[in-house]
Amino acid sequence: MIHLPVTKASERIFKIDPDKAPTHDLKEELFQLEKEGELEVIRVPEPYMEVKTKYGRIKKIPVEKTWHHKSCGQCGHIPGYSTSIFWLNRAFGLDYFDPTDQTSCTAWNYYASATSNPEAQAAVAIRNFAAAHEVGYFPLIHCGTSFGHYKEVRHALVHQPELRRKVRDIMKRLGKKLVVPEEVVHYSEWVLAMKDRIAERQVIDMSNITATVHPACHYHKLIEEDAIYDSEIYGAQRSAIITSTLKALGINVADYSTWFDCCGFGFRHILVSRDFSRSFSVQRKIEVMKEEANPDITVTHDTGCVTTLDQSQVVGKAHNKKVGLPVMADSQVAALAMGAHPYKVLQLHWHNTDNKPFLRKIGIDVDKSWAEFEAECELIKSGKKEYMTWEDAEK
Amino acid sequence: MPQALDIRQNKYSDVSQEEKDRLFQECKDDERWSHILYGCYECGICVAACPSARFYDFSPRLIAQAVAREDTDLVYTLMNDSVWDCSQCFSCDRCPRGNSPGQIITVMREVAVKNGLNTAKEALEGYGRIIYKIMSTGSQVSPDMLQPNAFPDWGHHVHEIADNLEVWRKALPPETLHTIETGWKVDEKTIIELYLIWHMTGVMDLILGIDEGLHMILVDVMEERLEEAGYDIEFD
Repeated sequence: MIHLPVTKASERIFKIDPDKAPTHDLKEELFQLEKEGELEVIRVPEPYMEVKTKYGRIKKIPVEKTWHHKSCGQCGHIPGYSTSIFWLNRAFGLDYFDPTDQTSCTAWNYYASATSNPEAQAAVAIRNFAAAHEVGYFPLIHCGTSFGHYKEVRHALVHQPELRRKVRDIMKRLGKKLVVPEEVVHYSEWVLAMKDRIAERQVIDMSNITATVHPACHYHKLIEEDAIYDSEIYGAQRSAIITSTLKALGINVADYSTWFDCCGFGFRHILVSRDFSRSFSVQRKIEVMKEEANPDITVTHDTGCVTTLDQSQVVGKAHNKKVGLPVMADSQVAALAMGAHPYKVLQLHWHNTDNKPFLRKIGIDVDKSWAEFEAECELIKSGKKEYMTWEDAEK
Repeated sequence: MPQALDIRQNKYSDVSQEEKDRLFQECKDDERWSHILYGCYECGICVAACPSARFYDFSPRLIAQAVAREDTDLVYTLMNDSVWDCSQCFSCDRCPRGNSPGQIITVMREVAVKNGLNTAKEALEGYGRIIYKIMSTGSQVSPDMLQPNAFPDWGHHVHEIADNLEVWRKALPPETLHTIETGWKVDEKTIIELYLIWHMTGVMDLILGIDEGLHMILVDVMEERLEEAGYDIEFD
């Protein structure tokens, strides 16, 4: 009889050991290419915070001097997402840069229509990185797809000499260098790394809140080894992103069986074939969360995920599905916990699913907050003020 | 309703074997190919993880197997009738063999677009305005796209946004976000650099392959702005 050392899954301990990682450390290859004069590496500015990725390698997360690579979907359709990220930086008095010399990564289009090619995609990425480097800041990527795509681009530039040569030539003709960041950093990684500082400044008690988490596919499935993992979170069997942040804020994070599923965004589908996005989002995500965890809110960290999970519930409601679950980004929840205004900063009126019950449960006077926002709008309408400023948002 | 994928018949028997072989060879010539296809265990993990497989007659395993076996008849059928169902979420990267069916599909889609396959044109019908937006402004979506006729299934909320759009954009604290036609304020020089990238990488040829009208409009817009910026560039 063969004796097999069988243990229950719950008793197995997964030890992260970077020496046993099945992949090469890309950063070593990156610095080697820099030595050979192939490219220039943009260093993470000090001070930085250290987190662990899937195989236990250390990832540096800059505290400040961040160049905010905005998301077209966030800024265009759910702008309180990005506003909350900026608000957090301002609340800590950090030096950040909100650029106008920035295009979107154009990856949404690439994954939707394939009307681009690897050279163009890499050149768009490097042009943005170069713009950050030129002003002395380090790119912080707001969108999950931009983050995943830029990791793919960086990986391809390291391993494909011909692509590197082509992109270097394009950059030269634009008067720019081929620069590649030492780390590709997503804003939610910054939020996670800042979680204890955020919790220290928390003014809204969220201990009566239960949340589910949807990790974005392009965060933890593209170049998966670069996502943040923590042995304290699900035994490092899945990424710690979002969950770790919410736990620091005292929120009860509830598990559900379809956590690995995508949101249904589909890139092409959300724009021109939305029947799929709606069905998947409601049936595989929202309904499962409601049935298995019955949370007060679901929290995610990507443009497409917030949009799809939120907007798809309208039709779900018409069909008497189990919907009605507010959707927010982790940056919004973190800002809210620190006392940010739900409409002036979080801009929750751009979201669709009713989030008032959630706000009321954490003690926010929704009617008063909305009246304050509407008062600002009236001043703009009457011409008494051109825009609402950061100072107005703090009143 | 999505059509069932019928692989029992050679639906495209009128297309020459040489043409099918040529398109498959284009896929294989892609520099990524050797990093995204290693064979197939037929374990089905990719299908289990795939969102599109739950709602369409779609299988990342079938695609991985077809390209691994170099079954060019089947690859041609899949390139026409299957690849556009993929969600590009890359859940299939869980493959224990190291394949990336999602990236195989990305390459197949690029070849389909580059060669102007009719099925690619059909898949991208209605998508032209998005391509116009991203190519001409560098921003995939913008506030002014939030209109009831574009998103009727998002309910009354879209009406509310459309009605208040101008004021609500001004009621955003970051100065860069007071825009309507783009997600944020973008410098003119940035757009010019983007157009130069499109020009240098041949992306406009891809647009020509799938939508001549869109190509013409984009060329007009880009050439005019490039000329104003001092560049004498023709896309044709």
